[in-house]
Amino acid sequence: MVYENPDGVKIGLEIHVQLNKLNTKLFCGCSTDYHNAEPNTHVCPVCLGLPGSLPVLNKRAVEFAMKVGLALNCNIVEQTQFHRKNYYYPDLPKGFQTTQYDYPIASRGKVVIDGEDGERIIRITRAHMEEDPGKLLHMGSIEKSKGTLINYNRSGMALIEIVTEPDMRSPKEARRFLDKLRSILEYLDVFNGDLEGAMRVDANISVMGGDRVEVKNISSHKGVEKAALYEIMRQKNFVRRGGKVVLETRHFDEQRGVTLSMRSKEEEHDYRYFPEPDLVPMRVADRVPEVIKTLPELPDAKRERFTSQYGMADMHAKALTSDIKVANFYEHVALKVDPGAAAVWIADVLKGELNYRDISVDAFKVEDMAEIIELVTGNKITERSGVEIIRTILDNGGTPAAVVKEKGLIKVEDDIVTKAVTEALAENPEALQDYLGGKEKSLNFLVGQVMKKTAGRSDARTTREMLLERISELPPK
Amino acid sequence: MAGWANISQLKEKIAQGSAEEVTASYLERIKKSRTNAYTTVWEGAVEKAREIDEQGHNGPLAGIPIAIKDNISTRGISTTCSSKILQGYVPPYDAHIVERLKDAGAIILGKTNMDEFAMGTSTESSCYGPTLNPWDMERVPGGSSGGSAAVVAAGEAPLSVGSDTGGSVRCPAAFCGVVGLKPTYGTISRYGLISYANSLEQIGPLATCVSDIAALMDVIGGHDARDSTSVKTESVYKDALVDDVSGLRIGVPAEYFGAGIDPAVENSVWDAIQLFEELGASWEQVSLPHTSYALAAYYIIAMSEASSNLARFDGTRYGYRKEGENWHVMASRTRAEGFGAEVKRRILLGTYALSAGYHDKYYLKALKVRTLVKQDFEQAFREFDCLMTPTMPTPAFKLREKVEDPLALYLADVNTVPINLAGVPSISLPCGFTDGLPIGLQIIGKHFDEATVLRAAYSFEQNTEHHTRRPAEVA
Repeated sequence: MVYENPDGVKIGLEIHVQLNKLNTKLFCGCSTDYHNAEPNTHVCPVCLGLPGSLPVLNKRAVEFAMKVGLALNCNIVEQTQFHRKNYYYPDLPKGFQTTQYDYPIASRGKVVIDGEDGERIIRITRAHMEEDPGKLLHMGSIEKSKGTLINYNRSGMALIEIVTEPDMRSPKEARRFLDKLRSILEYLDVFNGDLEGAMRVDANISVMGGDRVEVKNISSHKGVEKAALYEIMRQKNFVRRGGKVVLETRHFDEQRGVTLSMRSKEEEHDYRYFPEPDLVPMRVADRVPEVIKTLPELPDAKRERFTSQYGMADMHAKALTSDIKVANFYEHVALKVDPGAAAVWIADVLKGELNYRDISVDAFKVEDMAEIIELVTGNKITERSGVEIIRTILDNGGTPAAVVKEKGLIKVEDDIVTKAVTEALAENPEALQDYLGGKEKSLNFLVGQVMKKTAGRSDARTTREMLLERISELPPK
Repeated sequence: MAGWANISQLKEKIAQGSAEEVTASYLERIKKSRTNAYTTVWEGAVEKAREIDEQGHNGPLAGIPIAIKDNISTRGISTTCSSKILQGYVPPYDAHIVERLKDAGAIILGKTNMDEFAMGTSTESSCYGPTLNPWDMERVPGGSSGGSAAVVAAGEAPLSVGSDTGGSVRCPAAFCGVVGLKPTYGTISRYGLISYANSLEQIGPLATCVSDIAALMDVIGGHDARDSTSVKTESVYKDALVDDVSGLRIGVPAEYFGAGIDPAVENSVWDAIQLFEELGASWEQVSLPHTSYALAAYYIIAMSEASSNLARFDGTRYGYRKEGENWHVMASRTRAEGFGAEVKRRILLGTYALSAGYHDKYYLKALKVRTLVKQDFEQAFREFDCLMTPTMPTPAFKLREKVEDPLALYLADVNTVPINLAGVPSISLPCGFTDGLPIGLQIIGKHFDEATVLRAAYSFEQNTEHHTRRPAEVA
């Protein structure tokens, strides 16, 4: 099936990623661990832009950025070069942002995603390093605010801005790209997507060959998809009414799900870029081979390995490898129990329960998962009980053994079921007759009766099989 | 009275008396001064000196007072760049060189006056009013480190530090008859120096004699991890103090004796070169053909960098603030009222030079000229060990003489700015007088070859008396 892209949708993304797994900021020694800290406690003369302070490039940040570039199949620049992007804003303590301009650390890469019609290559234009500004907190609404507070804890955090070509043809592809990107970044261990403000996206969207509209500063993958959906509809309607889409910057109102005009591109700033005189170029080209050696197995490779090594379905391999934590969790469980069963249980059951609760796999123990799978495959509990144990542990804690005991989930012995089957048939001769007379539904009634007698500890399939077996053994009348 | 004593004389005084007495005598002198050379006198100086007396200190500058230019950050001491916009700003940290000086036992007397944000050649654009030249109170001390030169010339500090972006140490050294060094770019950490034009400027020492310059360099020079442009060097500057110039090959660039040069200045410099010849050196004329473009390139680069460096002064975090109905209005008003005319002129011109459509025509072209100027020097240094020129084309001019004519003021920097474009070291030292005003000889060296510059300067000093003359007005 070929995706036709009837509206000629083109989406390109600019993604700001905080390299928040670094211990220190991009140009100073301040700690990056500020998320629960009091405002303006993780600051120094450098990230506050105090007069006379000078930046020193964090070498590890460069290494992280190189890893990202290489993982996105980019070329790495010969040597680092930073520029000043000049503009005034209260969150920008120096009055300029130190960023990379015509020599980004990485350029011309690609990422493969599952597109609308199979594999889709998204080209990466560039990835460049820059510093994060501080954060403004308006006291009340912007219009009526009595004042604005500035927290510079974030100021100077290392960012990498990844810019794609407009290769995504639908909001869904945009979202899939972002999911893939996050997955890669977490594999590289340079990024924790759970932290607030860790990833911010600008989306450039055009339809039917019109000019692009930039929607700024969207904070979630779902938000990007929603903003793109809205924007495509808005632009299509606008064109249908005879309008012509022009270059424009819009803001996405996440609550209302709409985009609002901020400014036309003509009003755009002249940032007066020039090379940062306080930083000397750092040669990085020579270090590429050694950084390549440090790259971990990335999602695509892992997905392939999972199908070949564990013989699982590609669907399961994909689900298990999209999140490095889940992949590692799986491999630990697969060491203890049947890998095939583990794939099904983790990809189909556990992941769903985690997503539903919006929590990380960290919340579940490898040992517990293995134990549950053993209980099920060893026929000690029913599949339904297995799911119930997972839910209970996630919601209330505890261990599988404790939940089994507390809820009495151990599958009852066959003889108890046998006894129940005998009783059910004896007590319900009409139902038996109806079934023998061709009424299939009556069998379901009998299954229900048996399960009632065992208080749900027998599973439906086994009960059904045992009933059929017994009925077939009945002497003909 | 300590006055114009050099470091070794001061050490004797401290040994015989005390550091406290020495410091107190300078403070006494400062109190009576009419030069307006200090912006802040540090009230803790005497106590610090007493502490050194009581606890002892074996640092190379133990108990020696020093004055610091007001654009170098001093923890707990107001640092304003002589600008209204930094009124009330007290840095929470010390510049690298201030740390070094404190470790060496030096006593900070206070902060010295300067052209606002180091943008000037006369110290007249200070928000505190001009500093007066100790040799003639009707004249400027030069700039932008006018205060740092004037305090040394007037005996209000034995040593000082300034900063030199396009001649800001050497010009006032020449106008005030003291010694001032602009080291090779990267020799002294700029951490804590409030930037005017980062790619051009260096902190530089000023003193009454070359040996004190070397002593100060041994304390403040050297690598600092907080300044990425600082270089690892292992120079011992004092080792360069040898009275021997035999075999020294001196280049004399014709372009530095151009139109507008004062005949007395020209004569004094030639006399100096002659003396070097008598002492065993040889000289030859050399051409630095791109010199005439250097001034324009310098001002474009300096102003471009300045327009960005000074963007942080918006009233939000520190210094002066003029309130407004929103942030943009506040920031605009703060800057409108906080900056002086010359600073605004340079921010505007620098902003223009970096703007889309003009960037290539001005900024990029200036960078190209910079490369050519650098090549001029590299070429010359293949044949010569050092170059000698007048530091300034004229002696100190009158106060207000050039205030209304910024271009004339810029032109005064013609002999000093190429050195900053190239990043090479250069020293200015007294080589004569005209009508009671000092004249400066500039000795320019190769990158990181301060040793030759200091050796030549030291030899000249050992064989002349110019550096021993003191201004009568403040004696």
